[in-house]
Amino acid sequence: MERDYTLFIPEFIAAGGAVLVLAAELIYPKVRKDYLAYFTAAVALAWGISALFYIGNTVGNFQGVIQTDNFTTFFRLLGSGIVFVVALLSAQYMNRRTKTAGEYYGLLLLAGIGMVYMAAARELITAYIALELLSFSLYVLVGYLTKDNLSTEASLKYILLGAFSSAMFLYGMSLVYGITGTTYYDGIGAALADRSGDTDTAAVVGFMLILAGVGFKVSAAPFHMWAPDAYEGAPLPITAFLSTASKAAGFALILRLFTGPLAANADDWKWAIAALAAITMTAGNLIAIQQKNLKRLVAYSSIGQVGYMLVVIAAIGYGDRDTAQNASTGLLLHMVGYVCSTLALFTALTAYYNRTGKDTIAGLRGMAETQPFLATIVTVSLFSFAGLPFFAGFTTKLFMFQGSVTDGLLWLVALAVANSFVSLYYYLMVLRQVYLFDPEPGMSRFSVGPVLWVTGAALTLGVIFIGVYPGPVFEGAERATDPLFGVGVDAVDHAAMDHSH
Amino acid sequence: MTFDEAQGYVVLATLIAPLAAMLILFFVPGEQKTAVRYISLFFATLMLGASVYIFVAYQFEGPAFSVEGHGIQMEFKRAWVENTAFLGPGGITLRLGVDGISALLVLLTGVVAFAGTLVSWKLDYRTKDFFLLFWMLVAGVYGTFFSLDLFFWFFFYELAVVPLYLLIGVWGSTRKEYGAMKLTLMLVGGSALVWIGIFAVFNEAGLGTFDMPTLWAAGANGTLSPEFQKTFFPFMVIGCGVLAALWPLHTWSPDGHMSAPTAVSMVHAGVLMKLGAFGIIRLGIQLMPDGADYWMPALMVLGTVGAVYGAVAALTQRDFKLISGYSSVSHMGYVLMGLATMNSIGITGAVLQMFSHGVMTALVFLLIGALYDQAHTRDLKDFGGIGKVMPMWVVFYSIAGLANVGLPALSGFTAEFHIFVGTFKTYPLFGGLAIFAAALAAAYMLRMFAIVFFGPFNPRWSSLKDMTPHEYMAGALLIGSMVVMGVWWAPFTDRVAATVTLLPGMTS
Repeated sequence: MERDYTLFIPEFIAAGGAVLVLAAELIYPKVRKDYLAYFTAAVALAWGISALFYIGNTVGNFQGVIQTDNFTTFFRLLGSGIVFVVALLSAQYMNRRTKTAGEYYGLLLLAGIGMVYMAAARELITAYIALELLSFSLYVLVGYLTKDNLSTEASLKYILLGAFSSAMFLYGMSLVYGITGTTYYDGIGAALADRSGDTDTAAVVGFMLILAGVGFKVSAAPFHMWAPDAYEGAPLPITAFLSTASKAAGFALILRLFTGPLAANADDWKWAIAALAAITMTAGNLIAIQQKNLKRLVAYSSIGQVGYMLVVIAAIGYGDRDTAQNASTGLLLHMVGYVCSTLALFTALTAYYNRTGKDTIAGLRGMAETQPFLATIVTVSLFSFAGLPFFAGFTTKLFMFQGSVTDGLLWLVALAVANSFVSLYYYLMVLRQVYLFDPEPGMSRFSVGPVLWVTGAALTLGVIFIGVYPGPVFEGAERATDPLFGVGVDAVDHAAMDHSH
Repeated sequence: MTFDEAQGYVVLATLIAPLAAMLILFFVPGEQKTAVRYISLFFATLMLGASVYIFVAYQFEGPAFSVEGHGIQMEFKRAWVENTAFLGPGGITLRLGVDGISALLVLLTGVVAFAGTLVSWKLDYRTKDFFLLFWMLVAGVYGTFFSLDLFFWFFFYELAVVPLYLLIGVWGSTRKEYGAMKLTLMLVGGSALVWIGIFAVFNEAGLGTFDMPTLWAAGANGTLSPEFQKTFFPFMVIGCGVLAALWPLHTWSPDGHMSAPTAVSMVHAGVLMKLGAFGIIRLGIQLMPDGADYWMPALMVLGTVGAVYGAVAALTQRDFKLISGYSSVSHMGYVLMGLATMNSIGITGAVLQMFSHGVMTALVFLLIGALYDQAHTRDLKDFGGIGKVMPMWVVFYSIAGLANVGLPALSGFTAEFHIFVGTFKTYPLFGGLAIFAAALAAAYMLRMFAIVFFGPFNPRWSSLKDMTPHEYMAGALLIGSMVVMGVWWAPFTDRVAATVTLLPGMTS
């Protein structure tokens, strides 16, 4: 197999940027920290633009372990976009809180690279290394506020549980390797399809361990315990990164794995994922109702969102091939809408926190008076989460669930809709503080800096655009799922795909 | 471009007008309250004019009235998302148009939104935000009446609910937080059922399109099997029924109306509740005729219980708005009874009642608002002899009350007469109960008149002033609509009946 290093040019840019950020602070320790943030954002922008040249690339395959197809391109664009926004959010926030920021921005870029290769990997070890790159970067980033006990505590919990889940993932991998004798996805698919019956138990245990491992990473209940603490302790922009990039990456890995090599054995795992989805969304939404801290509320609400997304994975197991692709397309669309809404929310929260130092739900009281623009962004993003129209959440959820409806799975979709209804309650409880109460005495109207203003406005427009006219993103999402289902790839790959199904 | 296509742009413009008002208001500084009001009035006038045009221009006979086309005219059609994933050709289209039923309800929306704008003239607290959300509500209402694509239908249906929490929570009165939360959650809970129904219908039809007429055909020709329709008809009808105050899911209505600010009560009781009944026609009767055939007797029972229960409850209330809230439950019960008759005269009556109750209840809430803004109480027992200080107010209220009771020459009579005749045709027993409820309406109205208008004058109220010019104008417009429909009902009944006879499963 040939080694085509040009496939990695976008990540070379990102990794080069990471090295430069680190070096810049070593050489000029007094460099302004917000300049580092803007440099990181510029690198992310270059990374995203360079990724555009790979649209439609179907043969880009590095020794069978890395595939730069449309699916990878989709997550490259999403990942670089998230890093771009998170870097902008961090500029002012981190400026006040640390003396050294080089590692922070370097690790941010590396975490983004980890996310991309979780999507690109077509071999288990590569997928695992990418997952660990993302995880280790995040362990450090979550605990970056070393003077803040909550941050350190969050990091410790995250490391311990993360290591535990990595071990489960590895154990699952080794069982699958033991059965199939290969770590390549194509080979696993082929070997699983014609193995003998005496490996059934091992295969099921292997699938369950892999599921538990990635379940940890995307914080699916009952593996979600780390998420609220990590979200609460982490710096605000990193909380944004945790609830967008690390979930997107987890689902990228799950999609590659469960639509490809494990698809033929759907009967062994589909019930587990349906149960996981039902538990995750219900637990997330019910616990979210009781939260007082905004970050914890977002943590549980994002657990609920993970539950909705797992409905798609269950549909891949229960439905036929068309259903699987429709559902996956819906998932990618929903992912974009969810990422835009979450980043918009965190842009507003960061801007608010920079001025007021408040991040509890009660701390938002009177926001409509003190900062109507931020109040609008918060409203738009929360309504989007709740799935109300005009905003992304309505359309993307409708498309995602519609794509996932198969005869055996209507109950799960109905449960998801019911959960979505429950979630409206706690989002309204936040908006209640924003709109229904006067600000605390002494709080007067303040203005938002240009960077966060423009970022927030752009993301809000994005949320509305996807909500009203989802066509372009939806089509993009379908092109991105094509390679997973062998649509439009060359003849050789086609044969492999057919075999694995 | 043909004439009908050109008219399609009128429909599109009517839908865009409230959205344009929102967009413009967004960029107006919040302190410029007068500018905000005049911009709103400009768009409200535009919408009223367009709504009247749409109603008048609707052809209920002649070549323009197409039986195959379900009587839909003034269509605007534009592909939105198609040929992607589960969406086939024409998957989601921005397809707008009116039939005789929606033409009347569009007229209602124009009238009530215009009156609501006038009434909100004196609103001084965060005026800009109020009108922004108000136009969002109106956009949702128009969109639901116009949409002929299930995706957009549901989009606008939900959109109408979105701003209510804030409108009631910020600008409301009397337990506003409770009322706002209860109303929002119950309405969204209802639409969650509709949502599940939509997923099921799209999946069962397997046509890859949300186009409503295509899905109606699927419902009629058995692509949606009778068993399927029987299973999912309740999802649609209970889901929409929450918004139409279907007993026993009506409890948000009195609380919500009690809390809501005047203009929101007007639009909400006047128009929004009709979305629910409209949904029962669009997603129930038209989409699942077999399901309707099977379930309509149950709806008849619930509608009758609602009509009687609402009237009895109104009889015991002391708060003006609660009386109107329960009276709305009662009148919406008539609407549901009319729909449940499944004969053309009953359903025509139901649609007429939607219009009649809409203008009448809007007027009532307008008048209650005019009193409450000065008196800051709505307890009947606090008042007496108000006729001495607010004579015109009393005249207006009396007209609204008499329409409520169903006095001939006012719209209520026209509508309820149709409903009663229709009900007697299919369910004579329930027809009798409906007339009993109408008698109760006379009781609760006259009781209120006696306490508030006449009775001994309470000197505490000697400083009350009569209605403002804006309230006069709004009230006169609403009374005018009631009188026209009460006296010269042919233009209303012709348009509605022509479309109603095309509904599937209709007996004459």
